[in-house]
Amino acid sequence: MSQFLFLYRGGMTGNESPAEMQQQMQRWMSWLKDLGEKGFVKDPGQPLERGGKVVSGKQKLVTDGPFAEKDLVSGFTLVEAKDLAQATELSMGCPVFAYGGAVEVRPIAKM
Amino acid sequence: MDLDGRFFRREAGRLTAALTRLFGVRNLALAEDVTQDTLCRALEVWKFHGPPPNPSAWLMTAAKNRAVDVLRRQRTARTFAPELARWLETEWTLRPTVDALFAKDAIEDDQLRMMLSCCHPRLPEAAQLAVILQVLCGFSVSEIASAFLDGAAAVEKRVTRAKKVLAASKSLFDLGDAGEAAARLPVVHRALYLLFNEGYHGASPESAVRGELVQEAMRLVSLLLDHPMGRTPATRALAALMCLHAARMPARLDQAGDLTPFFEQDRSLWDAALIAQGRRLLDESAAGGEVTTYHIEAAIAGVHAAASAAAETDWAAIVRLYDALLALRPSPVVALHRAIALGQHQGPARGLEAIAAIEGRERLERYPFYAAAVGEMELARGQAERARERFRHALALARNPTERRSLEKRLIACDGVAGG
Repeated sequence: MSQFLFLYRGGMTGNESPAEMQQQMQRWMSWLKDLGEKGFVKDPGQPLERGGKVVSGKQKLVTDGPFAEKDLVSGFTLVEAKDLAQATELSMGCPVFAYGGAVEVRPIAKM
Repeated sequence: MDLDGRFFRREAGRLTAALTRLFGVRNLALAEDVTQDTLCRALEVWKFHGPPPNPSAWLMTAAKNRAVDVLRRQRTARTFAPELARWLETEWTLRPTVDALFAKDAIEDDQLRMMLSCCHPRLPEAAQLAVILQVLCGFSVSEIASAFLDGAAAVEKRVTRAKKVLAASKSLFDLGDAGEAAARLPVVHRALYLLFNEGYHGASPESAVRGELVQEAMRLVSLLLDHPMGRTPATRALAALMCLHAARMPARLDQAGDLTPFFEQDRSLWDAALIAQGRRLLDESAAGGEVTTYHIEAAIAGVHAAASAAAETDWAAIVRLYDALLALRPSPVVALHRAIALGQHQGPARGLEAIAAIEGRERLERYPFYAAAVGEMELARGQAERARERFRHALALARNPTERRSLEKRLIACDGVAGG
C-alpha cells in the first residue's frame, strides 16, 4: 500500500443557500466515512483557513492571502491505496466536483 | 452527530435576526453576509470531522467573532444600530453587548422583531412572505420560487423591494410598543396563515419544500406564542388551525405519492399529539370573546378531528360554522365548502342546490376543485354521466400531475355506478 495526499481546491461559490451547504456537508461526511470504512483513509485530514501568508524569494517577501478562490487549497486528506490509479479512482467520488472544485492526487514520496 | 435537515436554514434565520439587531436594520445586507460567511466556514470545517457537539453554539461564537471584527473595522465608516451605538463605541462594552444580544432569549425576541418588521403594511402580501422565507427561514430566492411555482426573477424583485423597505426603517420593530404591536399582529397572522396554506394546499403537494413551508409557519407561530406580546387569542386560534390541519398530513399521500381525498383518508394515521395540541390551543383561544376567521376554521377542523370517519362527522355543526365563516369572510370558496358540508348533512340534491345559489359562482369556474365537488355530488345521487362530465372538466383544469391522477381515479369510480 502507498500513501497519497488529496488536496482539495475550490468548490465553494459563497452563494450557496443554507440548505445547499448542509447538503454539501452531508455528502462530504458520507464520502469520507465510506472511504474510511473501506480502509482507505489514513487520516481524514483538516480543513484550511482561507487566509494566510505567503513567504517567498531570497528576500523572504511576505504577502497576504487569501489566494485566488479557484486555486485555494481548502483542505487535505491522507489516503492509502494500492497505486496512483486506484487513488485517482477513489478521488472520483469526492463531492467537490459537483460544486466545480478539483482534487489534486499526490503520491507521498517513499524514502 | 446527525443534524436535522433544516439545521443550517434555521440557524441562518436566527443569526441574521441577531446580527441585524446588532448592526441595525439599515445594514441588513451586511448581517446576511456575516451569516453566509459563518455558515460557509462551518461547512468547510465540519465536512472533515462532522459537526461539533453543540453546533448551534459553535455558529453563535463564530458569528459573534466575525461581528466584533466588522464592528471594530467599520465603526467609523458605518452607523450601526442607533440604540446600541453608545455600547458598541468602546472596547469596554463592545464584547459584553454582543454577548448579550446572542443570548437565547434575545435571539428569540430578535426573530420576532424581524417577523413583525417583515410584515410591513407597505409591502404586498407576496413580498412579505418572500422576505420572511429568505431572512427568517434561510430559503434562497430559487428555493422560494420553486415553493411558490413562481419565476426566480419575480421573487428576486419582490425580495429586493421588501428589503429596501425594511432597510429604510429606523430600527427593527419595537416589541415594547403595545399599540403598534396590536396593530401589526393581524398582518403577521395573515402572512403566516398564507404561508401555511401555501404549504398545505399548494399546487404541488408531492414536493418536499411544501412540507417545509408548513413546518416554518408552525415554527414562526410558536415564536409568537412564546412571547407575551404575541400570545393573543387570535394567535392561539391560528396555531390551533395549523395543528389540526397538519395532523392530517400523514394520511394525505398514499404509497404512490398521490393525494388521498379528504373523505377517504385513513384517520387512524392522523397525528393524535397534534390534534390534542390543537384542541388545547382552540380551548385557550376562546378567552377574550373575540372570534376571528382562524377561530372558526380551527373549530371546523376540530369537528372533523373528532369523527373517526367522514360518515361519523357532525355535519350540522360544520354547516353552522361555515355560516359563521361566511358572515365574517364572504367568499365563493367558503360558500362552496359550506355547500359540500350541506350535501353531506342533507343529501347531494340539497348540496347541488346550495352550489347553484352561490353568489359570485362564476369566479370558481377556473378552480378544478369546484367542478370536482359538483361531480362528487352528481355521483352520490347516481348521475354517473353528469359526474363524468364534471370530472372531465376538472381534469382539463388540473394544475399538476397529482391533481390529474386523483381526478382520473374519480372518473374510473364513475364507471362503477349503474344507470349513468
